[in-house]
Amino acid sequence: MIDLFTLNFILGHINYWLFIVLMMTGLYIVISKGNLVKKIVGLNIFQSSVFMFYISMGKVSGGTAPIFPLDMKIDSTTTYSNPLPHVLILTAIVVGISTTSLALALTVRIREAYGTIEEDDLVSIELELSTEELSAEHALTNGRKA
Amino acid sequence: METFINIILFTLLVVTAIAVTRTHGLFGVAMLSGVFSLLSALLLVTLDAVDVAFTEAAVGAGISTVLMLSALSLTSRHEKESSRSNVVPLLVVMCTGILLFYGTLDMPNFGEEGSPAQNHVSKAYIERSPSEIGVPNIVTAILASYRGYDTMGETAVVFTAGVGVLLLLSGLQRRRRKEYKKSGKL
Repeated sequence: MIDLFTLNFILGHINYWLFIVLMMTGLYIVISKGNLVKKIVGLNIFQSSVFMFYISMGKVSGGTAPIFPLDMKIDSTTTYSNPLPHVLILTAIVVGISTTSLALALTVRIREAYGTIEEDDLVSIELELSTEELSAEHALTNGRKA
Repeated sequence: METFINIILFTLLVVTAIAVTRTHGLFGVAMLSGVFSLLSALLLVTLDAVDVAFTEAAVGAGISTVLMLSALSLTSRHEKESSRSNVVPLLVVMCTGILLFYGTLDMPNFGEEGSPAQNHVSKAYIERSPSEIGVPNIVTAILASYRGYDTMGETAVVFTAGVGVLLLLSGLQRRRRKEYKKSGKL
């Protein structure tokens, strides 16, 4: 196990580990913060780190961006980075902004219905509403019996 | 030099992410998320993904910040201090991080030419796209031609999200007026 961690190995993997640190910061914001908008920002951070992680797997050292010269005279000695992750992530970014906008619209609706976007307040309001409903139902059934 | 730039960008990204957790004004949080997107766009340029970089800069730093700010103008500007303890989230995050770290141990080195990701279809795309499609940018060739149907599916997703947002937010004014009338009558 110890002999795995040579300098070469660490230098080759430190990028991935730093992406994991970023991802976990995003996840921490999503779990620990009660504000809905902040949760969405945390989700965005998590998402961008996954994107960067994905792109970094397609990088070839000494390679260049996967674009041929304009006259299409392709030099066979040039190495290009892998274009496939780029395509996937381009799609993912656009899908990501759609989900973000949907989440923000939901937040606006929640604020309209409950008057707050804090999770703690939302939970207590929900609890209050359900106990009220329960006691009303209780009164109804008791009244029927009597 | 490249590693040096990478590490500086990473440090800035981590600082921004931690600043997001510490800031309580939500306008500041929205701005910091824009900063995060711009920094990640810079990092993507060093990773040779220029197309992704300018999409991230336009969409992540531009549109998403605008959306965030408009949502804030309809909700609230300050975050209330959360009552829950931070111990459980920290524990969960640590465990997930360690598991992911364990998962990277089998991965090929960063930038290695012989890694599995570089050796199957991607090679074929690079070799064949100049003769088959004839577009200088390989990413464009794959996105719009080889995987054109996927891109069409993506537009369907964006359309659905747009319809969803419109359905959620339409009638905001109408409902407010109705509420106002009701309270006026009572």
